[in-house]
Amino acid sequence: MSEGLLRTTLPDRAGAALRDTFLQQALTIATTKFIDLRRESFEGFPQGEALRDRARAIKEATLQHLDVHLERLADNVERLGGTVHWAATAEEAREIVLRLARDRGVRMAVKSKSMATEEIDLNEALEHAGVTPVETDLGEYIIQLAHEKPSHIIAPAIHKTKGQVAELFSRELGGRFEADPEVLTAVARRALRQKFLEADMGITGANFAVADTGTVVLVTNEGNGRMVTSLPRIHVALMGIEKVIPSMSDLVVFLDILARSATGQKLSSYTTLVRGPRRAGELEGPEEFHLILLDNGRARQIASTLREALYCLRCGACLNVCPVYRQIGGHAYGYTYPGPIGILLTAMLNGPESVKDLAHASSLCGACADACPVRIDIPKMLIELRRDVGERRIAPWPERVVFGGFGRLLQRPALYRLAARTGRVLQRPFVSRGAIRRLPLFFGDWTRTRDLPPIAARTFQERWADLEREGHR
Amino acid sequence: MAAPVRASLMITCLGDVFFPEVGVAMVRLLRGLGVEVDFPEGQTCCGLPLFNSGYHHDAALVAARTVELFERAEHVVVPSGSCAWMVKTEYPGLLKHDPARRAAAESLARRTRELSQFLVEVLGITRLDARFEGKVTYHDSCHLLRGLGESAAPRALLRGVPGVELVELPGADQCCGFGGSFSVRLPEVSSAILDKKLASVEATGARCLVACDAGCLMQMGGGLSRRGSSVKAIHLAQVLAGEGPR
Repeated sequence: MSEGLLRTTLPDRAGAALRDTFLQQALTIATTKFIDLRRESFEGFPQGEALRDRARAIKEATLQHLDVHLERLADNVERLGGTVHWAATAEEAREIVLRLARDRGVRMAVKSKSMATEEIDLNEALEHAGVTPVETDLGEYIIQLAHEKPSHIIAPAIHKTKGQVAELFSRELGGRFEADPEVLTAVARRALRQKFLEADMGITGANFAVADTGTVVLVTNEGNGRMVTSLPRIHVALMGIEKVIPSMSDLVVFLDILARSATGQKLSSYTTLVRGPRRAGELEGPEEFHLILLDNGRARQIASTLREALYCLRCGACLNVCPVYRQIGGHAYGYTYPGPIGILLTAMLNGPESVKDLAHASSLCGACADACPVRIDIPKMLIELRRDVGERRIAPWPERVVFGGFGRLLQRPALYRLAARTGRVLQRPFVSRGAIRRLPLFFGDWTRTRDLPPIAARTFQERWADLEREGHR
Repeated sequence: MAAPVRASLMITCLGDVFFPEVGVAMVRLLRGLGVEVDFPEGQTCCGLPLFNSGYHHDAALVAARTVELFERAEHVVVPSGSCAWMVKTEYPGLLKHDPARRAAAESLARRTRELSQFLVEVLGITRLDARFEGKVTYHDSCHLLRGLGESAAPRALLRGVPGVELVELPGADQCCGFGGSFSVRLPEVSSAILDKKLASVEATGARCLVACDAGCLMQMGGGLSRRGSSVKAIHLAQVLAGEGPR
């Protein structure tokens, strides 16, 4: 969860991100591309809007009977010869993986991209237990080599330019590689091929798990997911409990909108359906299949104001369109899940205290809700979080005093008018050529980069009497 | 002849204190179109800043008094998409615990419109007598665009003014970085978002940047002024009333 970052403040982290020219370049290029691709893909897909409504309704209906669907999923996975583990916390989930690794003499685990494993800090735990985790998604591989964390839900290395990746590969893998994505991909591919063959365990997340059939679904683009689920002798899939969906016909609805929202593809290159371990007569697949169902604070949110955040498909569309994310990138948020939805997920997993600043890292522009394939009303929930933070008195007291005073002012028109007149007097030393260019105290946060219009010589209310007469002429 | 349309002006706090000329332009514009305009006394603010920062108890008290102020208005016209959104979308929910107040809030929500929507939906106007020379570009305010679903009315009205050449702003639907208290809570981020917006604005070659929200105008106008730009940020009402910068 990158706690190291949290010794800094959000404005500091954001400021550092704004001054990182590589990051700015990488973010602008990548998010603009994602936005265009998503828009184009939905433009040629008129049924998309209805499918989004449908997908939302499925998520909502599933949450209402989440326990039933999870039991059904577990029964079906076990019927297929898999083993199901229930993890109430991140720690329990880590323990389950470590125990499996220990008991089966696992030395190396290959991983396909999974935010759930990031959420529980699995790689650190594996390393600590003497198991080498190897990320096999290209972006994840890059940041693992760089000893960093993902900065985007589906494009973990979005913060790096190709030049930076070339330098990283040259340094870490030995060689001199040019900043050409094709060359760099080939380099990673060669390095990873051997790991796939050596690994004893494959670890994945799950985009969906179908209760009716016990199918774990992985949506990927590089083919690494398929090797992770089929080459090592043990496959462990870790999923948040909200990822369960009832049936295969529901899956079709989600597959129709997920890749479009994420990368603008009709379908991702690979849609991998995993049903238990290798069966008698099958040529490939793992000997063992384990599914870990992770709660980690999710179930208690079903009845909370954050409920809708449990609909999230982890497509990343809200990050790409968010003006704040596009400026500061994912690391500045300071937690596993960045961007607008990340703020909600962070509150869900770490409590409202953890987002007292992050809840305000949004201009509430609504672009996220517009882009969300399941129409999660993120701005509304951010406002609810702000309210929660205020009501629990977690918000800083000067802020509460200011807003308390402001609230009283707005209920007393005479006081409001007096405040305008007083402001007009106080602003005098600061007005030059019709604008305020510098103000003291926290007002300076505005005037550092922007002029402020002065309070008018006559407010509208003060002009109304004249205007009224003008109307009677 | 049918009775004239009567409209009450909700000036909004920023409109009252910082941009009274927008209110004046609105009154003259509406009167020119035969609307009887009144201005209920005792107005302060719609309470959106309180609501957005999570101070919902106080926001509800402000909402209650605003609902009362406009109880008898036939139509309520607002020069800011965000304030109109607040009244239309959030007031009923804020006052839901008192059935009478809730009903009054729902009634106000139905009677309230942002200026461009009022002109097009209620008055059916798309051609105007005003004259305004030059190239203008239009910024979609987030609350008007995504909150109230309006992007057509302001553009139609601008095109309806003889002399106006409307050029589309690339990324017109992207936030200007204002976001109320966001602009001072994360000033660097807010300013970086603004920089991108203003670079697009200047690239259009327009002499005026038009918007329908005092918050966006404060942010974008403040940025343009600080840059020493020749582009002026003005409210739609000023163009429609032919009262833009000369």
